[in-house]
Amino acid sequence: METAIRHSSFTIYHSIYHSPFTIHHLPNMSEHIVSRKIYFAIFGALMVGTAATVGAAFIDLGGHLNTVLALTIAVIKATLVVLYFMHVRYSSRLTWVIVGSGLFWLGIMFALTLSDYWSRNWITPF
Amino acid sequence: MTESHIATEHAAGHPALQHHFENMEQQREAGTLGMWVFLVTEIMFFGGMFLAYMLFRSAYPGAFVAGSNHLDINLGAINTGVLIVSSLTMALAVYSTQVGQRGMAVVFLIATMVLGLTFLGIKSVEYRDKYRDSLVPGRLIPGRPFHPAVQEHGAPNDPHKLHLPEGESVKHVELFYWIYFALTGVHALHMIIGIGLLSFMLYFSLRGRYSPEYHAPIEISGLYWHFVDIVWIFLFPLLYLLGRHLEHGG
Repeated sequence: METAIRHSSFTIYHSIYHSPFTIHHLPNMSEHIVSRKIYFAIFGALMVGTAATVGAAFIDLGGHLNTVLALTIAVIKATLVVLYFMHVRYSSRLTWVIVGSGLFWLGIMFALTLSDYWSRNWITPF
Repeated sequence: MTESHIATEHAAGHPALQHHFENMEQQREAGTLGMWVFLVTEIMFFGGMFLAYMLFRSAYPGAFVAGSNHLDINLGAINTGVLIVSSLTMALAVYSTQVGQRGMAVVFLIATMVLGLTFLGIKSVEYRDKYRDSLVPGRLIPGRPFHPAVQEHGAPNDPHKLHLPEGESVKHVELFYWIYFALTGVHALHMIIGIGLLSFMLYFSLRGRYSPEYHAPIEISGLYWHFVDIVWIFLFPLLYLLGRHLEHGG
């Protein structure tokens, strides 16, 4: 009797787990091997970006342009590392969602905090 | 399918396949996703310190430029290059394992670790310079509180002295150095942990545990290593470069 119950619950679990919709039947699951050519190309781009950002740092571009340019180059470099060295470009949609959610919450933290601090002088106290 | 069928499937599978996974693909996917969830918490962890940097820099721009310009841009740039090369060798270590070139994988893992140690060595030279110039904030070091030599306006350039613009407080330069040591210190700690992880990967690679079918640990260690590289990609311009064009001008 006990064995029969255990067996039936196992069958239910098993029928769910082995349904045609389990994750291992979805595309995107097989591992993509990034070629060495791509790794070296990305490496070259990262080195060029580093040289560009150091060079541009000594030129007065006026206003906040120096900061904007340095951060733009840094974001491009980071994106290349994430997409190619970390294989996100070839990863499942679920990986994209997790990476995206991290950046999204980082954005919330920055946006809410900075909107407070940077707007504090906009109004005169009563 | 029956219970015995599954047992057979697992028995026929890879020895590294854990019983709660269907197949190696699913196991690898789950491991990678888990690492990415961890890296998201790391993004938030470093993000808080980057936010502190941003707020205080916008509040005391002159003092931050003075502090930033006192950092050694050559050592910072060399270290950036060293880390980028180490990311390349790490990626090649993953590649070599994927295609079954175990010997090359070992070589690239060792190269990555050596480059990581080089980074830490250069970093410690920089820390020693900050110690020499009394730029370690607060009273962290007994007998050497934060007390930089400040250059007189119009005096000849002295690389060991701080060029502080008029009207800026040394207190706010100290704030820059708190943030500098917190960010680079935590980053260096991550490097040390990364080298520790890679030493395990090296040991298991030498023992022949990894193959084209099973190499998730190396892949996941690689994700960690590249993440630490990305943190430095932002630290380098923010700490060393911004305000360089104002050098000795203010």
